[in-house]
Amino acid sequence: MWSQPRTGPLLLTAAIIAILPLFLPNTFYYDIAIRIYMNAIVVVGLNLLIGYAGQISLGHAGFLGIGAYASAILTVRYGWPPVVALLAGAAVVAVLAFFIARPILRLKGHYLAMATLGLGIIIYIVLTTESRWTGGPDGMAVGTLSLFGMELSGERKWYWLFGALVIVAIWLALNLIDSPIGRALQALHGSEVAAQVAGVDTSRYKVMIFVVSAVFASLTGSLMAHYVGFITPQLASFFHSIELVTMVVVGGMASTYGAVVGAVILTMLPQLLSRFEGYELVAFGSILMLTMIFVPKGLVPTLAARFRR
Amino acid sequence: MALLDVREVDMVFGGVHAVQNLSFSVQQGAIHSVIGPNGAGKTTLFNMITGIYIPTRGAIELDGDDVTGKPPFELAKRGMSRTFQNLQICMNMTAIENVMVGSHLRLSQRLIPSLLRMRSITRADNACREESAQLMEFVGVGKYVRSHASQMPYGALKRLEIARALAAKPKILLLDEPAAGLNQTETREIDELIQKIAAAGVTVVLVEHDMKLVMNISDHILVLDYGKKLAEGTAAEVRSNPDVIVAYLGGA
Amino acid sequence: MLSQFLQFLFSGITNGSIYALAALGFSIIYNASGVINFAQGEFIMLGGIGTVFLVQAGVPLWAAIPIAVFIAMLVGLALEKFAVEPAGNAEVVSLIIITIGASIFIQGVAQVIFGKGQHALQPFSGDTPINILGATLLPQSLWVIGVAALIVAALWWFFSRTLTGKAMLATAANPLAARLVGVNTKFILTLSFGLAAVLGSVAGIIVAPITLTSYDVGIMLGLKGFVAATLGGLGNGMGAVVGGLVLGMTEAMAAGYLSSEYKDAVPFVLIILILFFMPRGLFGARVTERV
Repeated sequence: MWSQPRTGPLLLTAAIIAILPLFLPNTFYYDIAIRIYMNAIVVVGLNLLIGYAGQISLGHAGFLGIGAYASAILTVRYGWPPVVALLAGAAVVAVLAFFIARPILRLKGHYLAMATLGLGIIIYIVLTTESRWTGGPDGMAVGTLSLFGMELSGERKWYWLFGALVIVAIWLALNLIDSPIGRALQALHGSEVAAQVAGVDTSRYKVMIFVVSAVFASLTGSLMAHYVGFITPQLASFFHSIELVTMVVVGGMASTYGAVVGAVILTMLPQLLSRFEGYELVAFGSILMLTMIFVPKGLVPTLAARFRR
Repeated sequence: MALLDVREVDMVFGGVHAVQNLSFSVQQGAIHSVIGPNGAGKTTLFNMITGIYIPTRGAIELDGDDVTGKPPFELAKRGMSRTFQNLQICMNMTAIENVMVGSHLRLSQRLIPSLLRMRSITRADNACREESAQLMEFVGVGKYVRSHASQMPYGALKRLEIARALAAKPKILLLDEPAAGLNQTETREIDELIQKIAAAGVTVVLVEHDMKLVMNISDHILVLDYGKKLAEGTAAEVRSNPDVIVAYLGGA
Repeated sequence: MLSQFLQFLFSGITNGSIYALAALGFSIIYNASGVINFAQGEFIMLGGIGTVFLVQAGVPLWAAIPIAVFIAMLVGLALEKFAVEPAGNAEVVSLIIITIGASIFIQGVAQVIFGKGQHALQPFSGDTPINILGATLLPQSLWVIGVAALIVAALWWFFSRTLTGKAMLATAANPLAARLVGVNTKFILTLSFGLAAVLGSVAGIIVAPITLTSYDVGIMLGLKGFVAATLGGLGNGMGAVVGGLVLGMTEAMAAGYLSSEYKDAVPFVLIILILFFMPRGLFGARVTERV
């Protein structure tokens, strides 16, 4: 009687993911779908931080980059099994996010934005400069991933893996939001002092959600490295961080499905704009401005509110 | 023994002595009011007691424990709840979720079970939702049980905040100007609500401007002026205190 | 030893002057509106690249500069009118993203008009390096430092001696009170964007002969300007200047004595350290939140 119909939209999304391959003519389109799913996973996690908990992160691509390079370096240079490398990358990111989160999240507004931006750029510069390890600006190649003895090669296998992971990510995020932790996060956003007097240790919660969203990014980064087979420091660039934030903001703050929609739109955008070659930045900048001015809550929440009326 | 003991606290902001050498105590089960002209330091006092400000000097004890300078969530753990003068409701959440936040400390805060939506979490959440709905009835906003906070009128939100504070099942409840912005009828309703709360065993401390409300329900009144204690006592004692009369009505 | 130190010092003061001008632009807008204008760096870019193209099109330098500055100012005004004003009282996150969007948009337009390449502007008074105690100083550096100092002096005069300047300070301190005494805060807001654009574009022009200019040169310069402003205390004019110089010199010294590869990381490490230990910056004001 009380809870929203949760399973409906989730099953619908799963159905769409399951049926979509029937409409994908060749591997090029599979690749786009996979990239959408990869972005969706990262952005669902980022939305927990930005949309629900009301924080800002302008350097999240840095965590993605660390995950990717951890997997790359550990598997290629040290011969580690890919799954172990993936977990190691996530652990490194978790530790880094944990230690940097507490002092950073004491800040608010543009100070927080600046600090996260600084962090992301530092990671980018390190990845670019330490070329002995990372291959520098030209990047490095990464081998394939084997799961349960089966080697993941070819777009189709990766499609099913990422498709499943998107569903898992959405499910985890929705669970978290509809729990005492989720409410504490939203309360933190709504009125930090009210959350505090209600007993929420707001600093601890900010750190926790920062780490969770960072780990989402890291795991995706690691898998991305194996899928694409080649990574460059651009994965961790400021522009990439902005792209991720844009997906959250355009699709819908504080809306998990909104984040997914944002990922869909912004991943497909370069394809749609390919005929306007040379105008990508103009288009991207315009979208950012127009969305934030006219649809500040994002597309999904705004449309949902319209329907409710 | 006093439930809340405030001893010689000072609060200095830059050059401003918002509160000076203030001492008083609150007995368990009483309704205790703090009154005074604007700027007398009432909200500052509240903020010190509830951990939002750290007193420049002095000590605060709750139920025998020294809680001076402890952050708000620690005080919540020790059974203290409060509402705010300028209404701190989470407008991004539904009404009932706002109340459920009040129960935060009584529910599980473990990450993995929450992510996996384990039975323990959902069962406790459903029970919490039921309780919160009942609390909303208790404070008089039962009809908003399915509403979003942003849809509710100001008076209802004031009560919603009280519901949230009560959800923590506190030992002591601090209400900062609960009747601010309310008309006569609404103020009377708040009056009744506060008495209901006290009757249920919660110690209430309130800051208020509305004299009728204060004189009517308070067991004990503390009068502040310019951050210092001006007078203390029962309603009758305070009403007839010459210093109080001067402070409120000006010198004769 | 000394000559090396002087070399770094000159480089630091030169870059620091540019950061100071950028930081001033940030502070002025922040003071008038509470907005952090991530597009500030683009004004720097427009100044430099605009001048280059005007000169290439045959316009003499002494005319190209004011025209480029004027165009940048128009862009600043447009930014305020079409991006910031419509946003109204949006959340901080939203405003940040709007100005980032504007920054990307302006870069995009610049890329379309000017292409992706790098361009050089002729130094104002030749490029024979001056030798001082073994360290070389480019004449253009003297232009940079000199013009920056002049501008800072002019700004000081503007804010302390003119009514408009004082009106801007009043708006920064308390917008409501300012409005009540008759200050047109909307005009002040627009003026602040225009002024910041002028500052940025001039900085871009004077430094263009030293560093090459391109459509994306604004990103790093803008970010470093923000670091400088935060270092000195957001909203504080003297802080912006001091912050800029400190940043410039720290960068140069770190690059010279520690590691030149990580030169670009210095501002960001610095900003994180400042935000951790001294978030108000050197001269920033203390703000307490009322509950």
